[in-house]
Amino acid sequence: MTPELGQGGLLVALALALWGSAAAASGGRTGRGALVESAQHAAIGVFALVTGAFALLVVAFLRFDFSVRYVATNTNLGTPFWYRITGVWGALEGSIVLWAWMLSLYTLIVIARHRMRSRDLYPWVLSVMLAIMAFFLLVMTIAAPPFQRLAPVPADGRGLNPLLEDTGMITHPIALYLGFTGFTVPFAFAMAALITGRVSDAWLAATRRWTITAWYFLSLGLLIGGWWSYHVLGWGGYWAWDPVENAAFMPWLTGTAFLHSVMIQERRRMLKLWNIALVILTFSLTLFGTFLTRSGVIASVHAFTQGSIGIFFLTFLSLVVLVALGLLAFRWKDLEAQGQLDSVLSRESAFLLNNVLFVAAAFTVFFGTVFPLLAEAVRGTKVSVGAPFFNQVNIPLFLSLIFLMGIGPLIAWRRASPDNLRRNFLVPVVLGVAGAALFFFAGVRSALAVLCLALTVFVAATIGLDLVRATRSRARLGETVVPALGRLLLAHNRRYGGFIVHFGILIIAIGVTGSQAWSIQRETTLQRGETTELGGYRIRFDGLDARRESNHEAVLGTFTVTRGAGRAVTMQPAKKFYPQEQSPIAGVDYRLGLREDVYLVLGDFAQDGSHATIKVQVNRLVSWIWIGGAVLTLGAALALLPERRRATA
Amino acid sequence: MKRWLVWLIPLAAVPVLALLAYGFRVNPRDVPSPLVGRPAPAFRLEAYDGPPVALEALRGKVVVVNFWASWCYPACYEEAPALERGWGAYRDRDVVVVGVDIQDKREAGRKFIKDFRLSFPNAPDPAGKVSIDYGVYGVPETFFIDRAGRIRAKHVGAVTDEVFRARVEPLVAEK
Repeated sequence: MTPELGQGGLLVALALALWGSAAAASGGRTGRGALVESAQHAAIGVFALVTGAFALLVVAFLRFDFSVRYVATNTNLGTPFWYRITGVWGALEGSIVLWAWMLSLYTLIVIARHRMRSRDLYPWVLSVMLAIMAFFLLVMTIAAPPFQRLAPVPADGRGLNPLLEDTGMITHPIALYLGFTGFTVPFAFAMAALITGRVSDAWLAATRRWTITAWYFLSLGLLIGGWWSYHVLGWGGYWAWDPVENAAFMPWLTGTAFLHSVMIQERRRMLKLWNIALVILTFSLTLFGTFLTRSGVIASVHAFTQGSIGIFFLTFLSLVVLVALGLLAFRWKDLEAQGQLDSVLSRESAFLLNNVLFVAAAFTVFFGTVFPLLAEAVRGTKVSVGAPFFNQVNIPLFLSLIFLMGIGPLIAWRRASPDNLRRNFLVPVVLGVAGAALFFFAGVRSALAVLCLALTVFVAATIGLDLVRATRSRARLGETVVPALGRLLLAHNRRYGGFIVHFGILIIAIGVTGSQAWSIQRETTLQRGETTELGGYRIRFDGLDARRESNHEAVLGTFTVTRGAGRAVTMQPAKKFYPQEQSPIAGVDYRLGLREDVYLVLGDFAQDGSHATIKVQVNRLVSWIWIGGAVLTLGAALALLPERRRATA
Repeated sequence: MKRWLVWLIPLAAVPVLALLAYGFRVNPRDVPSPLVGRPAPAFRLEAYDGPPVALEALRGKVVVVNFWASWCYPACYEEAPALERGWGAYRDRDVVVVGVDIQDKREAGRKFIKDFRLSFPNAPDPAGKVSIDYGVYGVPETFFIDRAGRIRAKHVGAVTDEVFRARVEPLVAEK
């Protein structure tokens, strides 16, 4: 009975969303408030119904209701309690439910926040959001129904993909989807601006904090994804340029470009057209990402072929792209720039270049991701594009972006005078060069690593210099230093929030550089009692144990790890055997450190425990990536605070 | 910019979308098996019911080896009736269907056979040896073996009545 209730609820929600979208549009056109009000009620109804369906699905998981196909595919009687809940969004159908639920929640927040403000745009925003909601409800009722029955009812379910049995997988999809769905709001505002012809700055002002929120969650989702990859998959890396990673990374790149280019429009009335185009692109890329993950068109470790869903997404994506770009072409005249670029040495041009680089990066990632398709369409051959391509193309772009990160926030608007340049950049450049020399003499021989670290020093110096100056000028007015700094951050929260985010990115860049340049590994077979050495660590193999868990069996290797005269640590990497999986799953054991992580992966072993193959990695500076993520969180939170005064950043 | 030129912007998106649409025509998993044309790896398995199944003993017949599992929804659930129908239609013409249940629990496998009333021989592959020999990547996968014991075709995904007929008919016709 429960499944029918859920499916029925989703059908009603679909009807409500369609009605609401039409009513809001008609209300926007005629100015009849009653229609818009009716659309609001519909949105509230959609939220209630999707919440109900979500709850029913959770209940079906908790009760092992294997008569529901989706439950049977993603749990079995051994699945632990928490993973029965997170298993709800462990595969296609449930992840769409989660997505739709977040979208309906965002719609409610838009109603609460913008109902009284942005009067002209609001009905259309509501209409667009409900239309997008209707699409997801259509997918849930036709292409990927979460409550579909399974007959005959199996005795036990298949079980969750074991790789997803991890805390990272509880939070990663939530953060990622909050980011993906978050970009729906700026997109809806941009569409409303194009439809009404009010393409001035109102829509940008209304969406500023939405964009930061969406951007932040997307960043967080990517970082948690990296963390999951690092400590679960057992290859010791956090990023592989897999199509599905790229799918989440592309909207991040264009979204980041958008975050920056809005500032130019606010200050200089330039780039109106460009901003709208970027929002369209970003939102389309979130849909493209889902299409890529769920259609099975491109082979990926994440992708699962799933019937007709791909066609749904592609049709909707085409509709969105064509309608949005059509509207853009229609309003072309109103969007043409009013401001002009005065000089190449100006903040405008630094931001412009930043945008070009971000979009170029997004394009290369897109190209590399769909290239296998192109090759097959044109030449009929199967190819795959790997990390070397993406690294080679993107590293120069990212290094340039880091450089601009130092220039952009400090160079003068319009035209930078020689004095402005000297005042802001002389000290940082000197420090950067000194840093390069220092790293070189400290033994860093990789040119790329030296360059990246020197750039990091340069950018950090620009941020530090600005903070010192601003704090000092406040202190001169009689404030004591620490409160002065605090008040400065709060008074210009947007600017300094951005600086802190930049600082977080620098820390991540150090982590990426360090892990790429200095990580070492060794794979070796040890007899029991034998010791191997890597990077100053001594690793002794002490034997094997077997353990039976609720849904799998694990073989654990016991290793004693010592460094110098330090304390001995016992580490237990494992191999986990799940009945439903082709091959065993690695259970990595690791010790994180600021300087380096020790990371053990168990390979083949003798049944009697006499010997085992072990992969030992000493991964350098990886923890900095996660620390950078925490700093980035602080910066985003600061930038999200309500503005105290008109920002001048 | 000329007025009509702006309409090229939405048009520019069309080829990209078309390329993505083309993606539906290809299956990235459909990698040609190097085993096609080679002698089928021999196996001998204890069946769930009845005598052991040995490929060697079936020489001279057309053999359809189907790898399945009770947890494999929906594909294995879709193809089970089709396999049973195919077996019913062709068993008098020297065709044998052999089901190999991989990575499964015995009780769950038995229930699957009972639920679908499968009458062709089915056997578990407890050590996973047979599926490794055949390079099985996922379930379901089905191998069509000719009278001479060579693998002639591999089908990934659910077998339908049409697929069964199209693959088996020519092999039956060979003498």
